[in-house]
Amino acid sequence: MKLTGAEIFVECLKREGVKTIFALPGGVVLKIFDVLHQQKDVQVILTRHEQGAGHMAEGYAKATGKPGVALVTSGPGMTNVVTALADAYMDSVPLVCFTGQVPTSLIGNDAFQEADNIGLSRPCTKYNFLVKDVNDLAVTIKEAFYVATTGRPGPVLVDIPKDVSMNKAEFKYPGSVSIRGYNPTYDGNKWQIKQAAEAITKAKKPILYVGGGVIFSGASEELLELAEMCQIPVDMTLMALGAFPGEHPLSMGMMGMHGTYWANMAVHYSDLVIAVGARFDDRVTGKVSEFCPHAKVIHIDIDPTSIRKNVNVDIPIVGDCKRVLRELNQILKATVNGEQKELRKPWWDQINEWRRAHPLAYEQDPQGSIKPQHLIKRLYELTKDRDPIVATDVGQHQMWSAQYFKLAKPRRWLTSGGLGTMGFGFPAAMGAQAAFPDQLVLCVAGDGSFQMNTQELATAVVNRLPVKVFIVSNGYHGMVRQWQDLFYESRYASSYLDTTPDFIKLAEAYGAVGLRAAKVSEVDDVIKEALTVNKPVVVDVPVDQHENCYPMIPAGGCNHEMILADPPELKKKQAGVKEAGEDKDTVLTA
Amino acid sequence: MEHIISVIVENKFGVLSRVAGLFSGRGFNIESLSVAPTLDPSMSMMTIVTKGDDRIIEQIVKQLNKLIDVIKVVDLNESEFVARETALIKVHTKPEDRAEALRITDIFRANVIDSTPTTYTLEVTGDVHKIEAIINLLQPLGIKELARTGRVAIAREPIRPAAVQPKRVAKE
Repeated sequence: MKLTGAEIFVECLKREGVKTIFALPGGVVLKIFDVLHQQKDVQVILTRHEQGAGHMAEGYAKATGKPGVALVTSGPGMTNVVTALADAYMDSVPLVCFTGQVPTSLIGNDAFQEADNIGLSRPCTKYNFLVKDVNDLAVTIKEAFYVATTGRPGPVLVDIPKDVSMNKAEFKYPGSVSIRGYNPTYDGNKWQIKQAAEAITKAKKPILYVGGGVIFSGASEELLELAEMCQIPVDMTLMALGAFPGEHPLSMGMMGMHGTYWANMAVHYSDLVIAVGARFDDRVTGKVSEFCPHAKVIHIDIDPTSIRKNVNVDIPIVGDCKRVLRELNQILKATVNGEQKELRKPWWDQINEWRRAHPLAYEQDPQGSIKPQHLIKRLYELTKDRDPIVATDVGQHQMWSAQYFKLAKPRRWLTSGGLGTMGFGFPAAMGAQAAFPDQLVLCVAGDGSFQMNTQELATAVVNRLPVKVFIVSNGYHGMVRQWQDLFYESRYASSYLDTTPDFIKLAEAYGAVGLRAAKVSEVDDVIKEALTVNKPVVVDVPVDQHENCYPMIPAGGCNHEMILADPPELKKKQAGVKEAGEDKDTVLTA
Repeated sequence: MEHIISVIVENKFGVLSRVAGLFSGRGFNIESLSVAPTLDPSMSMMTIVTKGDDRIIEQIVKQLNKLIDVIKVVDLNESEFVARETALIKVHTKPEDRAEALRITDIFRANVIDSTPTTYTLEVTGDVHKIEAIINLLQPLGIKELARTGRVAIAREPIRPAAVQPKRVAKE
């Protein structure tokens, strides 16, 4: 039987097991929406902006491990989703984005709502397809899902011209596809793995530097086994939070620009860095020429281009983290004994000393303004038993969340790492909530970043996605203000928001619930109250406007040269008082 | 250092822009690029001449391999290769220069492929030095137009006397 392109499209989604798509219609995709409207297997969540659709699909994919699917129209529909595609590309999120296109006969004629979707998305997708013939549609969709989810995952765009969705073809869905130019390497080179095992056995000061790849490949168990067996501390990148249990004694927390003091010191003084599914991003390495200067580097990654892109690697292993770690553990089981623990005792003593010297700290005056760290710490403590999924936007609140949420499991942490997309958190949280309607989904946002996708409040209310948004309101683009404080003599050029909406009224206007904690004593209560509401909740928490996020490695600085608190002259400026003596440790060079 | 990279790609629309986009997006440079179908018409061969230190060349090769439409990448500099380029040169020739132009043509084993009372069009093939040398010699006569193909290259078939073991190229 012959089906229209639109019917083929919907059939393909069903065969791929797609339950939910995030979509916004337009002229050239109406036929597809018409078919979607007449079936019940695939739920369509109508978003208020295509960027929201893209981020929701990302949140869905990050939380489930399955590809997120978005469907948008041509022209502006497509250009609006570009930010989400670029975000997914940087953070290796499996996404299949379908875009409408003007009829094939009009392509290139500057038709109404025409854009070069393939050209626009080329640098921000793993691959993209223009379907010119309805007979190719099914196999193209199969290929799109295959490319998005295999190897190093990433976003794939499929551009469907209007006539392709209208024309008819015989429907055959291929069971599998192969692409001759695309053969990801999953199994690591055995000889290299043996070399790595040997290096690990001998190392006196080893450290695991784990990235998001551990989560994508589902290698958390193997990572835990390796770390425990060999007593190796685990530094996590922003993308890896949850890959290793945050409260485990071997967990060092987050490394990098706003990572913990001990995580960064350890990587700097280590003699063996075992990088797993990470890509030596500049926010982690700092000054790349002085990154882990004393260490041999083992790098396990499925993407060969990640290896030796930024730093030299001694033992490169191209392969899937899970498979490589499993094999590595197999070899180590035979060789590792009590000796390593003895060998590494001085290393652990040193690490514990670093931990004691500069713990994450803030001072909460019970009568003073709410410290953002206090809010986030309490939010973590009051929700951790419910195993929440936590989404964040980008900025200070994101870094504090990364520091204080010690997530126990993978796929609980939705954040925009590589691209640093403000406005990501709220729609991403909704995407996760759509996948897991009964789970607690939190979104920590800034008052700046929340306003970048506020319109999706409507989507949350209509689709009953009871996401709990906590807005860390400091009246500024806080991270920008922090950089201005530190590097631009506190000249707050365009970082002060001046007016922000009344978030309670805003939430209520959309039919959501708005709450506020105005005093320190109200923080716990408002968190508890928000958790009891089975509706989208926006909690506005005005915090100390000038709190800055530390530790901090200035861009291009070395990992062992962290700024640990506001420099004295900044403190003076803010406090207006001179307090001699207390500032001596602010810039610490180890 | 200059490298010549030979890339087998899918012969379909948009592939050239993916390769070109990779080079521009990552700040790699292209000295010359030539593309034509292979014996199998479903594939094309690109010969890319590029410059960079070892780390950049390694990245170029890896990034090319990562492109889904790229089937095979060979850095020809890893072994012996031969490279050739063709140039078509239209030279102004005053009556007194015509003999000189033909002498130069002869020296470089070039061919005259078109002629008018005031111009010769020459075809010359050779390595890049030869092309540059003939251009230098013809310039005083006045070059009206010049079209160069960019280089194409192919690995030399190794000669393996029984006593010599083939050299193994280390790979990750």
